[in-house]
Amino acid sequence: MIASGLRFGGVAALLALGIVFPLVFTNPAVTSDAIYTLIFVAAASAWNTFSGYSGYISLGHAVFFGSGAYLTGIATLDWGLTGSQVFLLLPLAGLVGAIIAVPFGLIALRVRRHTFVVITIAIFFIFQLMAYNLQSLTGGTSGLLAPTVNFAAATYNNPFYYAALVIAVAAVAVSWLIRRSRFGLQLRAIRDDEDRARGLGVRTMRVKLGAFVISAVPVAMVGGLSWYFTGLIDPSSGFDPLFDVAVALMAFLGGLGTVAGPVLGALIIEPAQQYFQGQVSAGYLFLMLYGALFLVVILVLPRGVIPTAAEQIGKWRDKRREGDGGLAGHRLAAAGAAPDRAKELA
Amino acid sequence: MTMTEAATAPSASPAPLLRTESVSKAFGGVQALSGASIEVGRGTIAGLIGPNGSGKTTLFNIITGYARADSGQVYLDGRRITNLPPERVFSLGIGRTFQLTRIFPTMTVFENMLIAGQHKERSWNPLARAGGAASRRHAMELLDFVGIARHAGALAQTLSYGQRKLLELAYVLVADPEIVLLDEPAGGVNPSLINTIAGKIRELNAAGKTFLIVEHNMDFVMGLCDRVMVLDYGSVIAAGPPAQVRADPRVLDAYLGTGEDDDAQDGDRGAGHEGA
Ligand SMILES: Nc1ncnc2c1ncn2[C@@H]1O[C@H](COP(=O)(O)OP(=O)(O)OP(=O)(O)O)[C@@H](O)[C@H]1O
Ligand SMILES: [Mg+2]
Repeated sequence: MIASGLRFGGVAALLALGIVFPLVFTNPAVTSDAIYTLIFVAAASAWNTFSGYSGYISLGHAVFFGSGAYLTGIATLDWGLTGSQVFLLLPLAGLVGAIIAVPFGLIALRVRRHTFVVITIAIFFIFQLMAYNLQSLTGGTSGLLAPTVNFAAATYNNPFYYAALVIAVAAVAVSWLIRRSRFGLQLRAIRDDEDRARGLGVRTMRVKLGAFVISAVPVAMVGGLSWYFTGLIDPSSGFDPLFDVAVALMAFLGGLGTVAGPVLGALIIEPAQQYFQGQVSAGYLFLMLYGALFLVVILVLPRGVIPTAAEQIGKWRDKRREGDGGLAGHRLAAAGAAPDRAKELA
Repeated sequence: MTMTEAATAPSASPAPLLRTESVSKAFGGVQALSGASIEVGRGTIAGLIGPNGSGKTTLFNIITGYARADSGQVYLDGRRITNLPPERVFSLGIGRTFQLTRIFPTMTVFENMLIAGQHKERSWNPLARAGGAASRRHAMELLDFVGIARHAGALAQTLSYGQRKLLELAYVLVADPEIVLLDEPAGGVNPSLINTIAGKIRELNAAGKTFLIVEHNMDFVMGLCDRVMVLDYGSVIAAGPPAQVRADPRVLDAYLGTGEDDDAQDGDRGAGHEGA
């Protein structure tokens, strides 16, 4: 009870902070970093909803990011949309991401984990090549330039910020809903032992494909938003191999397969990356840091911050409880609610 | 239990629920099954015995879609189910346990029970929570029955080997298929609990559930089964009521060794690697 109250309070506080943030920190450099951070909160959460829960690591989600960006760009320019109108295209970008995810998933999910990773990379490069070569559609190497936006200078970033916040909150909410649902249970069973799950009647292909499609939607939406905010997309920024590396690193750092993990990971890594990119000479340094950080996470915190911390807190609580001389916790666990202590904070 | 079988009848009751017809399977040079035909009557408890490596687990794998038969057929209730994928076989009514226990290690014991019961929920909302109040209660009862209820909230990977066997048994019971295939349910389980398990199987059988059990524990098999089939080198060499099979010279020769009181410790043929 206390734990869930605390958790609810924490989520509410975080949400409130998210809402007032651009009103308190009005410096556009800061809100700009915050927008990219929210974009990655959404992307990492969505990626985790598929890869974290099912154990199928995708390195091809940049396909959805890039497709969302190009769709938004092409539609905006073709239809001559301006100002806030462009935000209305984002759900369409999400839909297109979902539509692309169906054949993508049907192909890539025919094989098991390790081969799956390779296929996602291959499909990713096919999309990047298409972006380079379908010049009439994508503008080739020069990319697509966003029209100038006539938002008031003082609060220029705010519409972008709140759009990113809405997508991020929705992505995390969906992740949470799935985590506690029957669908989430099926995904985690697939992660643990896919063939065993089939023997209990889990329609694994359907479940995996469903999660893959759902996870594509927010990624495509933030792709579109990213194009509009940055003002430019080209094949190397739209279909960026580092996108998936970044998103996966965020999920791993915070805790793969947990709800809060990817959020925490994005909140740590993306501001750091923005900071390093700001130091012009350090741009390449960050690539090396990425690699190093990945190694450290895998070696030192293989399960990520959240599960490790939750376990420590659980141990500490057990100790205190034993001090109280009660087995109440165990009886509680047996009462049918099956609280998963190791993942309580997740 | 079923008195329909005369002591001499070679086959099960008229329309068997599960039947295999000349199933063969080779792994490279090893002929794991050669023309294995078995029958399990509806509402019976059937036993499948045989020396290590005689093909029992392979036959389970083929029935449940975990391995493909080279030739031969599998029928459930007269319907051909040969080489259907595992999820189809399950949805048609066959559930199983694995000799090398397969549970979901990073899910809690209770979540393992919920995933086993998930197919019963006919909700159109994919985001619905797993397990209604009734199925949660049933899951807890079964965990209680196998004696691991107090571990309900623990990750399944923290269970001991024997507890994992019990968890898998509990969750295949929660899955509630029409026929349950158990691959060595008594292996590694303490003797008093083995009796409890036998009692539970009898109770479920009395309520109409059909069982096919692979087990090396002869007391368990002979005490429980209506009918026992013996595999040797991938073929059925004998089938009938326990007493008859026990006395069959071919069985004694192939499996029971020198005498029927020698409760058939492992007659290992050397090649006995366990198929998962
Ligand atoms: N996947 C596999 N690959 C290669 N050989 C296999 C495979 N599965 C089973 N075998 C072989 O098939 C034969 C039958 O094995 P199976 O596991 O069916 O025997 P079993 O009757 O279940 O034995 P046990 O009582 O020891 O469990 C053995 O010789 C085994 O080595
Ligand atoms: Mg076996």
